[in-house]
Amino acid sequence: MKNWLSPRSTAGLALIAVALIALPFVAGMGGQAWIRIVNFAILYIFLALGLNIVVGFAGLLDLGYIAFYAVGAYTWALLASPHFGLHWPVWAILPIGALVACLFGVLLGSPTLKLRGDYLAIVTLGFGEIVRIFMNNLNAPINITNGPQGITLIDPVSIAGLKFAGSTPFLGLTLTGAHKYYFLLVALAILVVVINLRLQHSRIGRAWQAIREDEVAAKAVGINTRNIKLLAFAMGASFGGIAGGVFAAMQGFVSPESFSLIESIMVLAMVVLGGMGHIPGVILGAILLSVLPEVLRYSVTPVQMALFGKTLVDPESLRMLIFGLALVLVMRFKPNGLWPAPESRRPAEATR
Amino acid sequence: MDIFLQQIINGLVQGSIYALVALGYTMVYGIMGLINFAHGEVVMIGTLVSITVVGLLIGAGMPAGLAGLCGLVVAVLVCMGLGWSLERVAYRPLRGAPRLTPLITAIGMSIVLQNLAMILWGRNYLTFPPLLPKVSFELAGTHFTLVQVAIVAISAATMGGLLLLIYRTKLGMAMRATAQNPAVASLMGINANRVIAAAFVIGSALGALAGVMVGSYYEIAHYQMGFMLGLKAFTAAVLGGIGNLAGAMLGGVLLGIIEALGAGYIGDLTGGFLGSHYQDIFAFVVLIGVLMFKPSGLFGEKAGDRA
Repeated sequence: MKNWLSPRSTAGLALIAVALIALPFVAGMGGQAWIRIVNFAILYIFLALGLNIVVGFAGLLDLGYIAFYAVGAYTWALLASPHFGLHWPVWAILPIGALVACLFGVLLGSPTLKLRGDYLAIVTLGFGEIVRIFMNNLNAPINITNGPQGITLIDPVSIAGLKFAGSTPFLGLTLTGAHKYYFLLVALAILVVVINLRLQHSRIGRAWQAIREDEVAAKAVGINTRNIKLLAFAMGASFGGIAGGVFAAMQGFVSPESFSLIESIMVLAMVVLGGMGHIPGVILGAILLSVLPEVLRYSVTPVQMALFGKTLVDPESLRMLIFGLALVLVMRFKPNGLWPAPESRRPAEATR
Repeated sequence: MDIFLQQIINGLVQGSIYALVALGYTMVYGIMGLINFAHGEVVMIGTLVSITVVGLLIGAGMPAGLAGLCGLVVAVLVCMGLGWSLERVAYRPLRGAPRLTPLITAIGMSIVLQNLAMILWGRNYLTFPPLLPKVSFELAGTHFTLVQVAIVAISAATMGGLLLLIYRTKLGMAMRATAQNPAVASLMGINANRVIAAAFVIGSALGALAGVMVGSYYEIAHYQMGFMLGLKAFTAAVLGGIGNLAGAMLGGVLLGIIEALGAGYIGDLTGGFLGSHYQDIFAFVVLIGVLMFKPSGLFGEKAGDRA
């Protein structure tokens, strides 16, 4: 941090800024779908960073994290769609979504604080499933979530009269909806990353790490472990809630299908594969694991055609097969993740 | 009252299957502290292998019962090999890695196995040929079939055999010692790698048996069937106190019964507000409730500081 304003880091930051601005236009050359893939990668960065607070900083294994994403998405969907006839503005719903997700985080956190390690994992997993099953079934007797059909026609984001759906001309460029969401997401992402960096080195961040290393010792030095653990759940959950809200607006559609257990597991894989507790690593993990399946989606069939002249194997399963193998291989050769924290700040068990 | 007894019987059948799968989770967890997420897929592979073998043999004119037995044997052997190779290839190189690393590997293997199964067997539902004659019995107002009786009886016998193996043989003693303290066990001359491999192989064999049972009970199979089954079985293992064999058995049976009763009565209990499609919730609600009061499961050792 002390070299923050040195010429070298200023130049580096400028370079990153230029790259971030150019990225959607470069990705857009491959079609709008690629901008959307980039947007989803950023959403996954939110989720992975949120989960990183719970798993990486505080060391609490959470396998139901996607529930908070779901809560955020449904909050947005219910408050800004014809389903209840409500059309609230962004700056009202986004905080409400974060708050509701945060409440769910506390709701999950408070009864499970006594549990350790894998018992906590299975309870959070159960919680995630419970939320999903309720979303799937709360269409009767009162129709709240519209069941498996999900909620459609969700309002897009609209800030100060600028609608995020559809194209707008800007400085001779045509900005599509995906472009605009990209810039919104990048702005939010920068905010989230800064918050995370500041949190990590704050009093709270150090308390989380103390709990991760040794809960009894943390308690002995006067850390209120109960509140600090709850705070980890609550903060992680609110990031998930915000990501969910943006997801709902961007898609215009939510259904329980998007929030299955496998999604929670994917986000956890991003955190662990990137490097648990290390923010740049987690970001890398999120980008890789969200983009890789898409790259495979577009390359599996042409490669098969080139090699064998026909599609031998169903491309969808081949793509997931390669993805699974990639997870296994990375963990085999980089057990601490692709970009782990420096030795001294790694969880103690990693160096044991 | 008849419905009550009927649901208990249905739950007992489903619970026996959960228990067999849960044993595979709990043995591996007890010895190496790993949630083997790929175990559900091993069960699925067992079902699909047995479908193929049984289908071929029946097609060749073999009587269904005998074909079923052959299918079971082949499925058990294939799954034992699969369990052994999983451990050897995926998990053994990760000894001493951070705790979550093998978990991600397990998830990766689960994805690999599922998609491999889809490539081999296709994405459609497969029908499991009936292995036993469709005889049904009636007792005290309840109905049950020969398949149900066979499932409960075979499960009980297998679990009895497993308990004998664990508590009466040298291998079992080695496994218990390693579960208690791997370092000291290896000082006593126990080959930890062999014990861990044994846990995987035995667990996979039980899983294959469970897979054949699920197949012949529901007469249907699918490449995604392992996931939810594995999840429920793992829940059962945690409910009983993970790492504890008797706990996994009782947890499995208990979970099956709770689910069946829940599905049967939830409508009445909530005045029709919640229907039987909330069945899947029961497992988790009960689990959370139990863990709130007994944080290490119903039969788990006190304050296991495994994390």
